[in-house]
Amino acid sequence: MKQNKLYIRDLLGKTGNIDLQIRLVSGEKGLNREITGSEMNRPGLALAGFYDFFAFDRIQIFGLGETAYLAQISEEKKREIYEQFFSYNLLCCVFTHGEEPDERFISIAGEKGVPVMVTRHKTTKFITLLTHIIEEIFSPTVSLHGTLVEVYGIGVLLIGKSGVGKSECALELVERNHRLVADDIVEVKKIDESILMGSGSEIIRHHLEIRGLGIINVKDLYGIGAVRKRKRIELVVLLEEWDSSKYYDRLGIDEKRHTILDIDIPFVTVPVRPGRNIPIIIESAALNQRLKKMGVHSAQELDARIQDWMKSQERSDD
Amino acid sequence: MTERKITITSDAGIHARPAMMLVKEAMKYPCEIFLIKEHVEANGKSIMSVLALAITKGSSLIIRAAGEKEQEAVNSLVGLIQKEF
Repeated sequence: MKQNKLYIRDLLGKTGNIDLQIRLVSGEKGLNREITGSEMNRPGLALAGFYDFFAFDRIQIFGLGETAYLAQISEEKKREIYEQFFSYNLLCCVFTHGEEPDERFISIAGEKGVPVMVTRHKTTKFITLLTHIIEEIFSPTVSLHGTLVEVYGIGVLLIGKSGVGKSECALELVERNHRLVADDIVEVKKIDESILMGSGSEIIRHHLEIRGLGIINVKDLYGIGAVRKRKRIELVVLLEEWDSSKYYDRLGIDEKRHTILDIDIPFVTVPVRPGRNIPIIIESAALNQRLKKMGVHSAQELDARIQDWMKSQERSDD
Repeated sequence: MTERKITITSDAGIHARPAMMLVKEAMKYPCEIFLIKEHVEANGKSIMSVLALAITKGSSLIIRAAGEKEQEAVNSLVGLIQKEF
């Protein structure tokens, strides 16, 4: 498992598709400090003089309340407050609503090397966005060997030994108007307690290696509609060479699970043999998974129908 | 399981062609082979996997093999990297 790191300077740069609308006003020296958690602190109580349980090592959020409080106190009092406030090893301060901190605040922060930033967002909105960014970075990640495709809206992770035909299967699925997310290396992120998000490695994104052809660029060949950047994994399909001594599921009544990062994902094993059309089986598996999600379980329903029918037969025998 | 740690000295790093040579060599062995760079594991028998590691000059790389003929696999891969790139 990889451990990602987040530094304050990262907040000022690219933060994915979320725009924090943030800029630095002071404390450039401290930009390389590391953010270690997603918790934030409103320093209102500390500014008013109550320093018990002061969480100085978190991001300090100055909302309208804090700015208004600081605006109405005398310069003398302010000096005292700032002296005490900055005696802690603060991580960084963010002013919301586009409110600028006063000169004194900026100069002390500059001296101490505490980054001070201003965002145009409202406080609650900013906290929500920042939490989202931080949690995404800190969420557990694992990279797996496999191919991730989107089939009928279901994220299907194909796993299996090298050379079993995962990439060929993905190519055929793309040809049938499904989408490629990642080939070979799938970076899986646990976004939530039940959600696994899969994406490809940045460098080789949307390329497929097909034995005999070499590397092809799926986005260039099939267009932007044939690929996507990330997708939730909802089904895991293990492709393996047909082993005649092994028993393969014939009913599909019991649901099997595959565990990735402590999350159980529905799992099927599909044996591969020449002449067997694997992509169409994957399509059916994905459709069946969608049906199950909507509460319809084909195998169980057939079983229930057979049992009903048998019961009615018994009655007519009496 | 056998492991060896090496540092890449070639200026060009392991780009497409060297990666292909590496994978070709790895394919000769029945064991599982992994290349590990900064905690990221790549399947040594998959070209895309090796390319995605973006192994540059100065990268330190762990070559790990597990299974049949693991010792020979690691030795030959390390030999190849030291000789060719």
